[in-house]
Amino acid sequence: MTETPLETPIETFQIHKDSDTSGQARALPPHRIVLILIGLALVASAVVFMRWDWLPNYGDLILQGLWRTIWILVVTVIIGFLLAVPLGLAQAAGPAVVAVPARVFCTVIRGTPLLLQLWLLYYGLGSLFPQYPWIRSSELWPYLRQAWPYAVLALSLSYAGYEGEVMRGAFAGVPKGQLESARAFGMRRFTIFRRIWLPQAIHRALPTLAGEAVLQLKSTPLVATITVVDLYSVASRVRQDTYITYEPLLLLVAGYLVITGIIVFLFRRLEKLIPSRLG
Amino acid sequence: MADASIAPAAIAGMFDLLSPNPPGWGGNLLRGLANSLQIAVGAFGMGLLIGTVGAYGKLYGGPLVRDIAAIYTTIVRAVPELVLILLLYYAGTDMINRVLESLGYQRVDISGLVAGIVVLGFVQGAYATEVLRGAIKAIPQGEIEAARAYGMSPVLMMRRITLPAMLPHALPGLANLWLISTKDTALLAVVGFSELTLVTRQAAGTTKAYFLFFIAAGILYLAITLFSNVILAKVEQWARRGMPSVKEAR
Repeated sequence: MTETPLETPIETFQIHKDSDTSGQARALPPHRIVLILIGLALVASAVVFMRWDWLPNYGDLILQGLWRTIWILVVTVIIGFLLAVPLGLAQAAGPAVVAVPARVFCTVIRGTPLLLQLWLLYYGLGSLFPQYPWIRSSELWPYLRQAWPYAVLALSLSYAGYEGEVMRGAFAGVPKGQLESARAFGMRRFTIFRRIWLPQAIHRALPTLAGEAVLQLKSTPLVATITVVDLYSVASRVRQDTYITYEPLLLLVAGYLVITGIIVFLFRRLEKLIPSRLG
Repeated sequence: MADASIAPAAIAGMFDLLSPNPPGWGGNLLRGLANSLQIAVGAFGMGLLIGTVGAYGKLYGGPLVRDIAAIYTTIVRAVPELVLILLLYYAGTDMINRVLESLGYQRVDISGLVAGIVVLGFVQGAYATEVLRGAIKAIPQGEIEAARAYGMSPVLMMRRITLPAMLPHALPGLANLWLISTKDTALLAVVGFSELTLVTRQAAGTTKAYFLFFIAAGILYLAITLFSNVILAKVEQWARRGMPSVKEAR
């Protein structure tokens, strides 16, 4: 389906678990009980022996950071996906005029580090805009002076670049007969796209989309480097204020683990909604 | 006419900034690139080692080994690399020094290079474990049974049968990991290691030529990626020799 792809997306979390329904009813094996006990003991000792007295002071800030992380994640995944559909379609079925630029865009995005893209947009555009008086006087200026529009732009473009490649494969993978029979029914091209091509492509791409969403979550802390106050940035601030090194980082690890778990769970639910018997 | 007179001067200025000699920043960028590549190669190599051990542990280990490997891969793949890098970078060096002090040795200053390789290698190891596990599972069962029937020791079987036979299945995933490894080196900029991205930011901040330097660095990263792709395609061709072509099977 793909000829030597630049970098095929990794399924960070297996959504289609190996069929292992037999283990559900069985009791926990003894070594697992020991592992769970060790884990609980570690957590308990972390709670007892480490310093958590700073938590109440930063509670509000942590919630704000958490909210901003989730907000950036959701917005960039949605915008990125909306951009990825035309990018994938252009590469899978478009004429060379649109296919080549789409391909170049995906290659450039996936071939350079996100941190570099983020800094290019923030420092580059951020230093370019103030030079033009008409931008400074425009209504957008109050937003352009802040950091988050650049963060959202960079993360959306990055997600679009990776996802565009996934959607290309997904569009190309929809059986030809489906499209031909839709045409035989006399559907218009847009109706074919809306009713047949897009839904089946999304269904094909869904497991990878979930993995990419987790990867996107893992990219969000980068926005802290351009002064957006997300969860990671709150943890760094706690470390600077209180000189406590490990506790905020451990809390951060726990927070990201929970969000990852929620993403995986939501996508699994989403996949169950779609009947998986494809024609 | 005015444009024509300005453009050559601007272009000459660009090349002055990028020239490898001290007034220009080209030399610094190339040194940063060399640092990035060192870390990428080291981390990828370490990831392969961890991945091989992890994959064998997941496939052939006892229940305890399997669970520990599962915990390792799950946590490392669910937590942002940046957080892991900070945690391992600070906690790791701190812990080593505490152990050394308690044993009566001097504190050591762990170089950014070694720390970067170890931290990124640890992250890569989790992904490599999954890639290699899948690749080993894709080997036809009969080949391994035949090797056992010949009485090969596990090490000999790994060297002669398992590793060569899984290579074509593993290569696409490993190629992916190598590309991720080259780009993840940029994250070390956050802990202050002077690899390409941080050097670029310093150059851009000093000269105010943000676009020029970030785009130059982007071209360098892109060049690594595209060059790697050519090499990796050749390696994959070599590893798949004698196997049916993927294109024909389509």
